[in-house]
Amino acid sequence: MTATPMTPIDTSVEDTRPLTFRERHASQIRQWRLYAHMFRKSFSSMLGLSLVVLFLVLAAIGPLIVPYPEAASGAINMSAKLQPPSSTYWFGTDEMGADIFSRVIIGARTSLWIGVVITGIAAIVGITLGIIAGYRGGWVRAVIMRFTELFLAVPGLALALAIVAALGPGITNCVLALAIVWWPGYVRLVEAKTLSIKEELFIESARSIGAKTPWILWHHILPNCMSPIIVKMSMDMGMAILSAASLGFIGLGAQPPSPEWGSMISVARTYMPDWWWYSLFPGAAIFLTVLGFNLLGDGLRDILDPRSRDR
Amino acid sequence: MLTFAFRKLLTLVGTMIGIAALTFLITNVAPGDPARLVAGPNATEDMVATIRTEYGLDKSLPEQFIVYMGELVRGDLGTSIVTTRPVLEEVMRYAPATLELVFVAMFLGIVIGVPLGMLSAVYKDGPLDQITRIFSISGVAIPAFWFGILLQLMFAVDLEWLPVSGRLPLVTRPPEFVTGLLLVDSLISGNFATFWVSLQHIILPAIVLSFPCLASILRVNRAEMIEVLQSDYIVAARAHGISSFRIVALYALKNAMLPTLAMIGLRFGWMLGSTVLVETVFDWPGIGLYAVSSALSSDFKPVVGVTLMIGFFFIVANTLVDLAYAWIDPRLRKA
Repeated sequence: MTATPMTPIDTSVEDTRPLTFRERHASQIRQWRLYAHMFRKSFSSMLGLSLVVLFLVLAAIGPLIVPYPEAASGAINMSAKLQPPSSTYWFGTDEMGADIFSRVIIGARTSLWIGVVITGIAAIVGITLGIIAGYRGGWVRAVIMRFTELFLAVPGLALALAIVAALGPGITNCVLALAIVWWPGYVRLVEAKTLSIKEELFIESARSIGAKTPWILWHHILPNCMSPIIVKMSMDMGMAILSAASLGFIGLGAQPPSPEWGSMISVARTYMPDWWWYSLFPGAAIFLTVLGFNLLGDGLRDILDPRSRDR
Repeated sequence: MLTFAFRKLLTLVGTMIGIAALTFLITNVAPGDPARLVAGPNATEDMVATIRTEYGLDKSLPEQFIVYMGELVRGDLGTSIVTTRPVLEEVMRYAPATLELVFVAMFLGIVIGVPLGMLSAVYKDGPLDQITRIFSISGVAIPAFWFGILLQLMFAVDLEWLPVSGRLPLVTRPPEFVTGLLLVDSLISGNFATFWVSLQHIILPAIVLSFPCLASILRVNRAEMIEVLQSDYIVAARAHGISSFRIVALYALKNAMLPTLAMIGLRFGWMLGSTVLVETVFDWPGIGLYAVSSALSSDFKPVVGVTLMIGFFFIVANTLVDLAYAWIDPRLRKA
């Protein structure tokens, strides 16, 4: 009996056409649509997203749309000083007669810059150190983690205050000081995550087929650490803006007449009971911005890290 | 338990040395001349040179570090330029006010946060849960200094229920010094009028300081309670017909308290940091206000002194939490 050789099933007919983008990424697209669906269902997530989008839009085009752009650069108009909110000056005016509405809107750009720089530096430094500590282990890990714990042993704001005091007041030094105290959180997060991921089978297989360490870190470990990092970065944007505003309020951050919300409140405090609008509106801007980033982070955690949904 | 406590104590000392090194690093790595920093912005070249030799700043860094550590061990935190008094003395004078504020705020955070967290877990997704959710999210997002100003405007200026700021009115003689905590001292000396006045003064700053802490205690407690309430032994207890109140308040709460305790320890340090803001808003004469006014007048030694002090309190608090943890849960003593 002669066996007829099996002819392989001819599938080439289907495959002549190159796969479209949607076909190649079908599973990811499904995943993202599920995420989007879950995100849309949550009111607080959508509120957070709206607040963040509003903040970003104002930061982008704020100076172009405000009624009195010169208010941001310390223009003086004594005839209009300390006026209550009205149709001409929506949020009232400050002691120099500058329009507070314009200053609050333009302040969004300052705050965005502050948040991005602090969170960015902290994330880059923290992720790098964390991934090295987690992957290398041994004395490298011991040194990095001891150093990190040291920074975590002093409350951030107090340490930042000391650093700004040493560097001298000002917005740049304030941002630098906060970045210096901000990175340890990322080290802890990424180190813990790396420790568990590096034991996974796919890391071992990657190594067994000759993947070099940097490749493994970049292509296998880092992508798997990304969800908690994104959640933390979203939350930290808000908290960094809040901390910088706090230092501005103390008088060590941005200096007037720079339109920064915290330093505006710092000046406003001296005009306190009678000129209430002066501190009310910049404070509300900080609150809504921080709230937005917190809610967004919370919403992102719900979809990216469902196990902690009830936290 | 004893060896565990001893090990924790060693860690405490090690961390303290580390923090001291960190502050030394901040002083010396910062661009600019530390002598000029000490001398203040208006000093002449001669003064800076004198200070450089006087403080030993012309020596090498390791030598300076040894001198610095020696001073710290002897309790010498340097001298304030503005008041020309030893920093340690001043920090000790201001510390009770801060501790009193933090204790009261912590008390508020716990007695309100824990029950609210418990109730929102029991009535999960109910109206109370929704309210506490909004409450706990805004608690973390609200700028403490702004919240303080709003409360001042409302309760002190508008309604005139409470004083705007300060710890005691100028006309009131502080009670005899025992602990430095006015609320305690006035009770010890039996002076209830002073107790009442100082209570009125502490309410607003304590609320502001406790708000974020309350929010996170509430959140953690709620999350833990939800988890615990689903566990088998709770189901078993229910099956035995034990009253819901007993199950929730006794059986579940006890087990949910562990992570809450950790959060309390963490928040204690955080509060010490934000007293800087709250004390500035309410002119509360504590170490936070002292640090801020020193920093603003470029008086550097007090800032470092306060940072060390806050670090010290924080580490002690965390060590106590660790010990309490190990005391409650023997499994942790091995870790």
